[in-house]
Amino acid sequence: MLGRIHSLESFGTVDGPGTRFVVFFQGCPMRCAYCHNPDTWEMNAGTPMEASYIIEQYERNAPFYQNGGGITCTGGEPLMQIDFLIELFTLAKEKGIHTCLDTSGIAFNPNNAPLMEKFDKLMPLTNLVMLDIKHIDPEKHKELCLQPNENILKFAAYLDEKGVDVWIRHVVVPGLTDDDFYLEKLGYFIGQFRNLKALDVLPYHTMGETKYEKLGMEYRLKGVPAMDKDKLLDKKAAIIRGIKKRREELGIH
Amino acid sequence: MKPIETDFVRGKWDKEVNVRDFIQRNYHPYDGDESFLAGPTQNTKDLWAMVLDLQKKEREAGGVLDMDTKVISTITSHGPGYLDKSKETIVGFQTDKPFKRSLQPYGGIRMAEKACSDNGYEVDPEISEFFSVHRKTHNAGCFDAYNAEMRACRSSHIITGLPDAYGRGRIIGDYRRVALYGIDRLIEDKQAQKDSTGRVMTDDVIRLREEISEQIVALKMMKEMAASYGCDISNPATNVQEAIQATYFGYLCAVKEQNGAAMSLGRTSTFLDIYAERDLANGTFTEEQIQEFVDHFIMKLRCIKFARTPEYNQIFAGDPVWVTESLGGVGVDGRHMVTKMSFRYMNTLTNLGASPEPNLTVLWSTRLPEAWKRYCAKMSIQTSSIQYENDDLMRVTHGDDYGIACCVSSMRIGKEMQFFGARANLAKCLLYALNGGIDEVTKKQVGPKYRPVTGDVLEYQDVYDKFMDMIEWQADVYVNTLNIIHYMHDKYCYERAEMALHDRDVRRYFATGIAGLSIVADSLSAIKYAKVEVIRDEDGIIVDFKTTGDFPKYGNDDDRVDEIAQDIVHKFMTAIRRHHTYRDGFPTTSILTITSNVTYGKATGNTPDGRRKGQPFAPGANPMHGRDSHGAVASLSSVSKLPFNDAQDGISNTFTIIPAALGKEDKVFAGDIELDLNK
Repeated sequence: MLGRIHSLESFGTVDGPGTRFVVFFQGCPMRCAYCHNPDTWEMNAGTPMEASYIIEQYERNAPFYQNGGGITCTGGEPLMQIDFLIELFTLAKEKGIHTCLDTSGIAFNPNNAPLMEKFDKLMPLTNLVMLDIKHIDPEKHKELCLQPNENILKFAAYLDEKGVDVWIRHVVVPGLTDDDFYLEKLGYFIGQFRNLKALDVLPYHTMGETKYEKLGMEYRLKGVPAMDKDKLLDKKAAIIRGIKKRREELGIH
Repeated sequence: MKPIETDFVRGKWDKEVNVRDFIQRNYHPYDGDESFLAGPTQNTKDLWAMVLDLQKKEREAGGVLDMDTKVISTITSHGPGYLDKSKETIVGFQTDKPFKRSLQPYGGIRMAEKACSDNGYEVDPEISEFFSVHRKTHNAGCFDAYNAEMRACRSSHIITGLPDAYGRGRIIGDYRRVALYGIDRLIEDKQAQKDSTGRVMTDDVIRLREEISEQIVALKMMKEMAASYGCDISNPATNVQEAIQATYFGYLCAVKEQNGAAMSLGRTSTFLDIYAERDLANGTFTEEQIQEFVDHFIMKLRCIKFARTPEYNQIFAGDPVWVTESLGGVGVDGRHMVTKMSFRYMNTLTNLGASPEPNLTVLWSTRLPEAWKRYCAKMSIQTSSIQYENDDLMRVTHGDDYGIACCVSSMRIGKEMQFFGARANLAKCLLYALNGGIDEVTKKQVGPKYRPVTGDVLEYQDVYDKFMDMIEWQADVYVNTLNIIHYMHDKYCYERAEMALHDRDVRRYFATGIAGLSIVADSLSAIKYAKVEVIRDEDGIIVDFKTTGDFPKYGNDDDRVDEIAQDIVHKFMTAIRRHHTYRDGFPTTSILTITSNVTYGKATGNTPDGRRKGQPFAPGANPMHGRDSHGAVASLSSVSKLPFNDAQDGISNTFTIIPAALGKEDKVFAGDIELDLNK
């Protein structure tokens, strides 16, 4: 089977634990206003690649990924090519490679039985999911990403049920996703999950803007300043407050 | 040798000069972390403030604060110099005061004169006359023997950076011997060596006898120089302060007599740790005192200066001394060689601040202790001052008591030395192959009149064959030129102080070097995988190229082009190996233009890979700037595929990355939710 791959990065240091081989999948249904990879949106593009080719590329330089590194699939949205992803992770697990899935969860749909079979197959092959929750509020999520967040939040619960380790990622954009009220709400939501291993709060940056210009696309966040790194710690603290509150209620320590 | 009184563990070392044996029997590997380290003392802070002040004054004075124009520098030419005698625990400057550059005319009087005049000084006319009329220099010797072809190659820069007008450097004396044995025993040993030479007076034997005599003179002068500082180094050092001082005196003698392109220190930290451990156990010194000795030692190393010309500084991008010190590594018995002293050396970057000198080089192994690895990484992030080299690779051929000279040249301390040989410009050689030996910049016939390329589109096999022929020629003229250079350097500018701290029979590496590897690899790849049309000037000389289509580029872990790079290195080295080398030097090559890539680029025309005339080469074995598009690991992987067997003098890769790309700030991302929740 061939996957549609945007690109391969041999030295990923911010996409999961350790040094990672990063596979950028082509195609994503989300339209997040701050996305810095709009070139990965188009579904019918990218370079066709065999899973075995990707593993071969990884293995060539395997010593670099020792001591806690591995392979990370991101994109684009890897789950849009779930069959290929299963094949890739199956090969990876045969080689004992640590697998990480960086996803928005948008492809999840508990009402689609054939798809759920695939998810059930994928989970045991996945060591870590980095779930990017863009916004906790359904309406605001739709404004921001032009997609609902209902199934994304269900996906989070599903991961907990399956016992897959999860890092929650959240990008803080000034004026859009930096309201303490919603951040605390986000924290309260993820605070219920026992599989939560880390919280990764990312500051919005404007480096993606030039990509939109090059692609001749409109950039919805024109004029929005980059997130102040010092304020970021306060924003993270808001989410942490939510987590603590929920954990106390549930008696999770 | 008379037996040594010692409470160290005895072995071969107390009967013969054998520092490695002493280390192996007496050192204690340290697995702990940096928490034991001491900060700077008040004296250290005061002294360092004086150095910073002198540095500032030197910058304000345009780069040089003071130069000696009258006294030719020898081991004993200058009286003692101090920053503040009452505060210095380790003493010694190259001249009678700090930041005063010494006069070293033996490499070449014109270079010495120019180094002075360019900085607003004038060499004493009597000295100029003496070295022009009565005493020949290394530089004059080389030009006496060069032929026309060598001179043409030199001025067209197809061979470049040759050490024919300056000191070749890259020889590391085993300065530890001064501390372990004391000068008297070393003289005794050298005398025995002299008595042991062959009885038939061939050229080799005569030269060896004369050299050993020079070495003995140097040893005697070392003692005298140390005495002028009130130190007696006749006998073995009795504590860590004396050991550091004696080791430094050995090194100081070398830099008093040689303005070499790289004057490296060796591998001293684990050796000195043996003394420190004993002193700590006996209560002779505290950790704070020992760190103070180390800080003062490193401070002195940071003050080593040479008189150099702006052109020299241009080639080497600044005014480097390359006081390289190799830290850590793993022993052949499997024990790692990291000691507390390795940490103390590194700690000078904290106590005195970041600095490129001394060039602290970590001999990296997967088997180094985790705490040391983490400390190195931390210090790298904080100071960007640390170099790393692959001990697992070098230990195979060099054992566990080698050091790095300059940037990557490995050699067993006191047992091996190197004849430094600068570089052959391979990118230019490729252009000579296309143009039948005509230089693309000067339009002169420099190389042999081989048949040039005739068609309008370059054909891979045709170009490759012509290139191989031209490499044979280049290697021929290159090795012969180096033979002259090293003959003359031995004759007129012999490194007696450094060689006094070597065994009698040393292995001499005959080092060559390659510049422009990535350009050649990409150019050949373009010719093979894309379409390269040539553009000729009015004289029919190929001066430019038009490339249509894409081609694999070195630096992306793509075997199609990486194999071309490997092949070129192998073919070049094979060509070098075919030649006679001076004193049976063992031929090696390096891929190592750390800084001179800019200068080489200036002298080289357009190349088929798309690089424009005058544009810099990539440093060392690096891919060309911007052509590696698959991330750092793929880029490093292309480099790491180059065959070490064919480039035993080292392969360098300059790697720059913004800190944020190396991972997230720990304040923002803990990577562990429990840590965040418990803050």
